[in-house]
Amino acid sequence: MDFLILNKGFPILSVLIFLPLAGAFIAMFLSGDKVSRVWALIVTTLNAIISLPLYSAFNSSSYKFQFAEHQAWIPQWNINYTLGLDGISLLLVLLTTIIMPLCILASWRYIAKRVKTFMICMLVLETTMLGVFAALDFILFYIMWEAMLIPMYMLIAIWGGPRKVYASTKFFIYTLAGSVMLLVAIIALYLHSTPHTFSIPMLMGQPYSTTFQVLIFLAFFVAFAVKVPMFPVHTWLPAAHVEAPTAGSVILASILLKMGTYGLLRFCLPMTPQATMTFMPYILWLSVAGILYGGFTALAQHDMKKLIAYSSVGHMGFVTLGIFVLNFRGMEGAILQMINHGVTTGALFLCVGMIYERTHSRELATATGVGKYMPVFVTFFAIFSLSSFAFPGTNSFIGEFLVLAGGFAKHKLVTAAAIPGAILAAAYMLRMLQRVIWGGVNNPSHDGLLDLNTREIVTLAPFLVFVFWIGLAPGPFLSVMHSTVHHLLAQVNAGVAHPALACLP
Amino acid sequence: MDINAVSAPIESSRLLFAVLTPLCGAIAVMLTGKRPNVREACSVVASVILFLIVCSLGADVLHGHTFKFGIFHLLPGVTVTLRADAFSMIFALVASSLWMVAVFYSLGYMRGLKEHAQTRFNACFALAIFGAIGVAFSDNLFTMYMFYEIVSICTYPLVGHHQDEEGYKGARKYLVYLSGTSHAFVLPAMVLIYVLTGNLDFANNISTGILPAGANATLVTVLYILCLIGFAKNGIMPFHHWLPGAMVAPTPVSALLHAVAVVKVGVFSTTRVMLYVFGVNTMSALNLGIPTAYFVSFTILMASVIALSKTNLKARLAYSTISQLSYIVLGVALLTPAGIEGGLIHIANHAFAKITLFFCAGAIFVATQKKDLSEMGGLGRSMPFTFAAFGLASLTMIGAPPAGGFVTKWLLLVGSMQAHQIGILLVLLASTLLNVAYFAPITYNAFFGKRPEGEKYEGIKEAPLAMLIPLMLTSIISILLGIYPNIFLNFVKGVF
Repeated sequence: MDFLILNKGFPILSVLIFLPLAGAFIAMFLSGDKVSRVWALIVTTLNAIISLPLYSAFNSSSYKFQFAEHQAWIPQWNINYTLGLDGISLLLVLLTTIIMPLCILASWRYIAKRVKTFMICMLVLETTMLGVFAALDFILFYIMWEAMLIPMYMLIAIWGGPRKVYASTKFFIYTLAGSVMLLVAIIALYLHSTPHTFSIPMLMGQPYSTTFQVLIFLAFFVAFAVKVPMFPVHTWLPAAHVEAPTAGSVILASILLKMGTYGLLRFCLPMTPQATMTFMPYILWLSVAGILYGGFTALAQHDMKKLIAYSSVGHMGFVTLGIFVLNFRGMEGAILQMINHGVTTGALFLCVGMIYERTHSRELATATGVGKYMPVFVTFFAIFSLSSFAFPGTNSFIGEFLVLAGGFAKHKLVTAAAIPGAILAAAYMLRMLQRVIWGGVNNPSHDGLLDLNTREIVTLAPFLVFVFWIGLAPGPFLSVMHSTVHHLLAQVNAGVAHPALACLP
Repeated sequence: MDINAVSAPIESSRLLFAVLTPLCGAIAVMLTGKRPNVREACSVVASVILFLIVCSLGADVLHGHTFKFGIFHLLPGVTVTLRADAFSMIFALVASSLWMVAVFYSLGYMRGLKEHAQTRFNACFALAIFGAIGVAFSDNLFTMYMFYEIVSICTYPLVGHHQDEEGYKGARKYLVYLSGTSHAFVLPAMVLIYVLTGNLDFANNISTGILPAGANATLVTVLYILCLIGFAKNGIMPFHHWLPGAMVAPTPVSALLHAVAVVKVGVFSTTRVMLYVFGVNTMSALNLGIPTAYFVSFTILMASVIALSKTNLKARLAYSTISQLSYIVLGVALLTPAGIEGGLIHIANHAFAKITLFFCAGAIFVATQKKDLSEMGGLGRSMPFTFAAFGLASLTMIGAPPAGGFVTKWLLLVGSMQAHQIGILLVLLASTLLNVAYFAPITYNAFFGKRPEGEKYEGIKEAPLAMLIPLMLTSIISILLGIYPNIFLNFVKGVF
C-alpha cells in the first residue's frame, strides 16, 4: 500500500461522503418545506466547511493518494473500502462540496413542489458524487457511479420542464449504456490481475498486452465519452440541461460532466498507456470536432439553456484535447479547465435560472433587454459570459491558454484547428450577452422585473470570486496538481517506453 | 539628456495608481449616476489625477529611469506587470492629456444634445481609458492582450450608444472584427510565442526581441503576420471595416476612438510587438520590415482615395484615420532610426490633430445638425473658430509646416531614404497630395464657398464653450507640436 498515505486520525473522507447521506436520512423525518430547505443548507454548508482543511493539509509535493482510508469490505473477492485523494480529485471534491450549498440556495424559490424529496435527492447526490471522486476501489467506485444516476434521474423527471420524461429517460439510457461497458472493463481487469484485485492504484502500470489494453481502453472510453460528453455521443446533454431544474443543470454541468474526464485521467491513461497512444490522434480530432460542433450549434440556439449546454460540449472538447496532448501544460490546463467549466458554466446556469424564475421562459427573445431593469444581474451575467469565452484575466483563459500551449508544443495542426472554437465561443456568448443586456429596437416589456435579491447575490458571489481568483492568481490551484500530473505522465511514458513489458499476456 | 542610460527598472506603485485611476473614475461615475454634476466632477477629477501621475512618471522617464510594477503572477513567464519606459510614455501622455480635454468636450456635447444614458456613456468612456492606459503601461504580451480586449468590450456600448438599428449594426460589426481578429490571430500567436520562449515579457530594447536565435524562420514570419493583422484596431486593410462602421457613435466617442483610445491602442500594440517581441534584428534578418512597409502603403493610398469619395464629414475623417495610422506602422517597418522616430511621433501628432477634427465635426453637428460636407458651404462665416481649428488640424494631416505633421513627414521621408526605398518615398508624396485633395476643400468651402440653395444659417452660432475651448486648445497644440517637436521627440529618442 505504498501508494496510499493513510489517514490515521479523523476519517475526513468518510465523513464528507456519508454526512449528506445521514442528513438525507434525518430529512425524511422532517416536515415542512422551509425546514427541509434550511436543513439541506445546513448539511451541505457543514460539509463544505469540513472539506476546506483538505486543501491546507494536502501535501502537494507528493503524488500519492492522501487522507487515505483502507478497510476490508468483502475479503473473499478482495473488495475493499479504499478512499484517497490526489491532486486531481482534491480539486473536484472541493468543487463539489462548495457548489452544493449554492445549488440549495438557488433552489430556494425555484422548487415549490415536493421540496423535502428534492432536498433528499440533492443530499444523496452529494454523497455519490464525492464517493466517485474519492473511491480507490473499483467496486466502490462503480456503486457510487451508478447510484448517482438515480437521484439525478429523479431531479430531471420530477422537477423538470415539459419534456422531462423524454430528457430523463435519454439521460438514463445513454449513461447506463456507457456504464455497462465500464463494468465489463472492471471485471476484465480484475480477472487479468494477479492476485485478483479491484484496487485502482494497483491496476495502474500493469504489463497488459496491447490487444487487451485496446479493448479495455475502448470499454472505458465509451463509458466516459458519454459522460464528458464527447461529440458525437453528446445528444443527451442538451435535452437533460434544458429540462432539468436550475440546481440539476448546475450539478450536471459543474460536476457530473467532470466525471467523464476524471475517468479518462484516472483509468484510461495510467492503466492502458499504450492504447492511449494508439488512439490519441483520433481522440484529438474528435475533441476538435466537439469544439467546433459545440460552437456552431451554440451560435444557432434561441434557448439560453441549450446555448450554454452546447457551449459545454465545446469547452469539454478543450479538456479532452488538453488531456490527450499528453504533456504537462496540456494536462494541467485540462484539469484546471475542468474546474473552470464547473465554476463558469454552473454560474451561467444559475443566471439563466434566475431569469426563468422571473419570466418563466428560457427563450433568448423573451429575455432581451433586461439589462435596463436588472443592472446587478447583467453585471454578474456579463462577467460569467466573458469568463466562458476565455476573456484574459478570467479563469477560463488560464485553462485554455495552457491547453493551447500544450497543444501547440506537440500537435500544431490539431491545435490550430481548435482556434476557430475560441472565435465561436466569443461569438455566441457575446451574441447572447448583447441580447440580454440591450436587445434590439423592439424589446418585450419588462416592467415590474425585479433585480437580484440578497439570496441570489450570495449564491452568485462565490462563483465571481473564483472567476477572478483562478484568472489572476491560479498558483494555488495549479500547485496542488503538479506532482500528480508529473506522476501521471511518467506512468503513461513508462507504459509506452517498455513495450517488452507490455507484451506479457 | 541622459535618457539612453540603461538602468535597472525601479519598482513604483505610481504605475498601479495610474492604471487604477480611470477604473476608480468609472466606478465613481456609476455610483454617482443619479447626480449629473457630481458624476461629471468624478470624470474630471479622475482625468486630472491620471494626467498628473503620468506627467510625474514622464519626468522621471526623461531622466533615464524605467519603472515596473508586478501585480499578478499567473503562470511561469506569464504575469500582469506594468512598465513605464520611453515608448509607453508617448502613448500614455497622449491618452491621459486627451482624456482630460475629451471629458470637457463630451460634457458639452452630451448635455447640448440631451443624450440618453449619460452615466453609462461616461463610465464606459473612463473604462476605455483604463484599457488604453493599461496597454500603454503593459510589460508583456499577456498584459497588453488583456487590456486590449478590455478596450474592445468597453467601447462596444459607446459605439452602439444610440441603440437604434444603425447603432446595433455598427456596434456588432465593430465587435465582430476586433474580437474576431484578436481571437483568431493574436491569441494563437501569443500561445506560440509562449511555447517558443517560455515567457511573454517584452525585451528591454528594440534590437534583440525575445524570440530564441534558432527559431524556425517560417514560424517567426507566420507569427509576425498574425500579430500585424491580429491587432485590427490598427486599421490596416483588409480588417479596417469596423472603423467606418463605428461612425454611428456619438462624436466624442468617434474622437476618442479615432484619435486616442482605440486606434492608438491598435498601432501601439502593433509597433510594441514589432520592436519589443520581434526586434529590429530579427525583422531585418528575415526581411520582414520592407514588405510590411509596402503592405501598409496600400492602406495609406487606398484609404485616402476612399476618403476623397466620401461626402459625410465623419466618414471622410474615418478613412483619413485609416490612412494616417498606417504611417505609424510604415515608419516603424522601415527599421531605420528616422523611420521609427517618424512613426512613433505620429502617434502624438495624429492624435491631437484628429481629435480636433472630430471635435469640430461634433461642434458643427451640435450647432447645426449637419453631417454632410455639401451642407457646409459658407458655414465658416457663422462658426469661424470651429473652422479655423479645423483648418489648423488639417495642416497636420497634410504634413505642412509648421504643424506637427510636418515633423512626421520629414522623418518618414528621411527614413525611407535611409532604407533606400524610392517606392515608399513616392507613396508618401502621393498620399500628401491626396490629403490636400480631401482636406483643403473643406476649410476653403466653409469660408469662401457658396451657401447651399435656400440656406441662410439663421441663428446659427458657435457650439457651447465647453466644446469650443477644447477643440481650440487641441488645434493649437497640434501646431505647437510642430514648433516644439521635442516634447515628444525626447521620448521617441529614448526608445533607442
